[in-house]
Amino acid sequence: MKRLSIFVIVLATLGYGQVALAQDSLPPAPYAYRQLDDPQQEHEAEELMESLRCLTCQSQSIADSDAPMAGDMRHQVRTRIAAGESPEHIRQWLMERYGDYISYTPRMSNDTWPLFAVPVLLFLGAGLIVWRRIGRRSGKDSQ
Amino acid sequence: MIAEFGLAALWLAAALAALQLLSGCLSLTEKGQNLALLVRPAAVIQAVLCAAAFGSLLLLFARTDLSVLLVAMNSHSAKPMIFKVAATWGNHEGSMLLWVTVMALAGGLIALIEKRLPERTMLATLGAQAFVGLGFYAFLLFSSNPFERLSPPAEQGMGLNPLLQDIGLAFHPPTLYLGYVGLSVAFSFAVGALLTRNVTPEFARVMRPWILGAWIFLTLGITAGSYWAYYELGWGGWWFWDPVENASLMPWLAATALLHSASVLASRDALRTWTIMLGVIAFSMSMMGTFLVRSGILTSVHAFAVDPERGSFILALLVLNIGAALVLFALRANTISEGQQFRAVSREGALVINNVALSAILGIVLLGTLYPLLTEAFGIRVSVGPPYFNPVSAIFAVPMLIVLAVGPMLRWRRDSLGRIEKPIIAVILAGLVGIIVAFSLGGIELLPFIGIVLSLMVAVGSVLPLKGRSLRRLPLAVWGMVIAHLGIAVALFGMSADSAFTQQTLVAASPGDVAKVGPWTITLESVDPVAGPNWTALEGRMAASYRDEPAQRIAPQSRTFWAPPQQTSESALLTRWNGQLYAVIGNEAEDGRWQLRLWWKPFVTFIWYGGIMIALGGLLALMGRVSVDLRRRHAQRRIEQRHEGYVQ
Repeated sequence: MKRLSIFVIVLATLGYGQVALAQDSLPPAPYAYRQLDDPQQEHEAEELMESLRCLTCQSQSIADSDAPMAGDMRHQVRTRIAAGESPEHIRQWLMERYGDYISYTPRMSNDTWPLFAVPVLLFLGAGLIVWRRIGRRSGKDSQ
Repeated sequence: MIAEFGLAALWLAAALAALQLLSGCLSLTEKGQNLALLVRPAAVIQAVLCAAAFGSLLLLFARTDLSVLLVAMNSHSAKPMIFKVAATWGNHEGSMLLWVTVMALAGGLIALIEKRLPERTMLATLGAQAFVGLGFYAFLLFSSNPFERLSPPAEQGMGLNPLLQDIGLAFHPPTLYLGYVGLSVAFSFAVGALLTRNVTPEFARVMRPWILGAWIFLTLGITAGSYWAYYELGWGGWWFWDPVENASLMPWLAATALLHSASVLASRDALRTWTIMLGVIAFSMSMMGTFLVRSGILTSVHAFAVDPERGSFILALLVLNIGAALVLFALRANTISEGQQFRAVSREGALVINNVALSAILGIVLLGTLYPLLTEAFGIRVSVGPPYFNPVSAIFAVPMLIVLAVGPMLRWRRDSLGRIEKPIIAVILAGLVGIIVAFSLGGIELLPFIGIVLSLMVAVGSVLPLKGRSLRRLPLAVWGMVIAHLGIAVALFGMSADSAFTQQTLVAASPGDVAKVGPWTITLESVDPVAGPNWTALEGRMAASYRDEPAQRIAPQSRTFWAPPQQTSESALLTRWNGQLYAVIGNEAEDGRWQLRLWWKPFVTFIWYGGIMIALGGLLALMGRVSVDLRRRHAQRRIEQRHEGYVQ
């Protein structure tokens, strides 16, 4: 039942489909399955890859997918990191190209503010419930 | 014939559910009291019929009867028997039939054995159970008939998704379903108690074994599912915050909270409305999970919009059941008093924090799962993944785990931290040791760091309640609590260690090449073709040695299934007490070398050992509770018999 259709291609738009198909016919990019020599850089690359969505898979990051497109993106990330680009800069670049959807780390924006507001409300609400259930009563008891 | 028999049994079961609902509701009124006699037998016969329907489908799959559409679509005559059987629930219709079957069996069982609650509450409970069940029968019969014939019969079946052809996965869905549906009983009890305004400690005691049972299955289901994803997907990840995973985590979170608040209600007659509310929420989360997985909405909101029949049906059921329960709750909650009072520093106080924190985490998982679906419906696509879920849920998990380390040592009703000063110091010391060790290892990120420290604190705190007590006379339920809490610490340690210390090596290798990952040295010896019943594979034979120890053989495979055609990576694992070596063989590169992916994952197995311990703790608690109940019943019967004898 889980991930019933991991390999079901989730092509949101025809545009993505063309990108994926075009890249399928090319040989795999060299850094798709190869690590960077500098462990510090490789660590940075891995961290970034884990937070980027594989656009042709269902709920997998590009760091854990066999899809050709994920491989190409790993190659992109590694070569750019090796060229000295910062991970956040690469993320920006990818988000400009593919939209916010590609990043698993939501940014605060007009579309995403509830993701940040609700936890704050939950925190306040949780605090309030604990205070009402426990705090006030113990105050009353201690008199 | 078998298919027609199954369909007939299913219709009859649905009719009996309708009878059970009607007679259950009417028997609560003045005029309809005679109908009460019908309710329990209807529930039992419904269970038998539904089981017969499911048995028919099992038989059809076992025989690979290709004149049945569902079998032709999801099975294949060349599959091993175990996967033919597992294919029964490896598809939409079959899994929904399994769902109602489990639900009918649970309803039949309470109708047969549960005699402790006032009869009116039981009738209302069985009525509620039939109400929920009837919706799912309608769903099956009108939009997901599993027994539909195919004419002319197919010559061969389409086969089962190869990823699902795995022994672990054969039993994963039924396990989760037992958990999901077990919670329906808690839901029905909560509704029954609300309808008859009868929320008592006895009610919590009756409900508790069902919550525990459902919770054990959910725990096992999640643990097994996570291990399956880990070894089957071939990239070493064990939790993706994928909506399908979240769909099983949310009922677990709610059930965990419910379990603890039901304990407070059973022992102390406090937290009455909380318990009812959580009973409603827990099963709502089960239905939410079913909706997410079964409606197709996850593949794409657009796919859902194109063929909305099934999705809309489940959504309507979801809204109807949850809505009705919440309205009932809103109408009745203020007529139920809160129950006994307690102080901030007390067992109840600690459990309130547990409940609130679990509910908040549940809220975050729900938000993070549904929000992207919601925005997608408006054409905005956002992704919410581990970088969001991990830190945000940690905000609530951290205080909860600190309370978990000391809470079980507190007394009911009122206590002081001064009384448990020594255990608190022991827990803090464990935390300090954790900080020092984690610092000395260096380079650990914040969340895994906190995780390691907290796991040590919880580990020490969870065994401290055993101190000074006779281990042989300790009630089973206390053992259960200690082991489950220790399991939380063990799993947390595994998760943190995996994310802090995992090492990865990706290489292209020819036979004879040597690769290193962490303390392991791996030699690729050869790559050979092998064949299975319905697949062929390329197998990388490797010798792996840990430091200077003698080499062990491993053989990861890259498998190609032919029905349906698909490639999967079968990882090879070498387990030591302190972690796992994880090896995968990928494709052949142009230069004839093979892509190898190797991971050394220190203590990763603790994640699933912890999960099993949590489930085992639940099992011990269940055994303890049930045996106490049985003894109490036995004693009561003897008192009654003696009393009768005395009167005569």
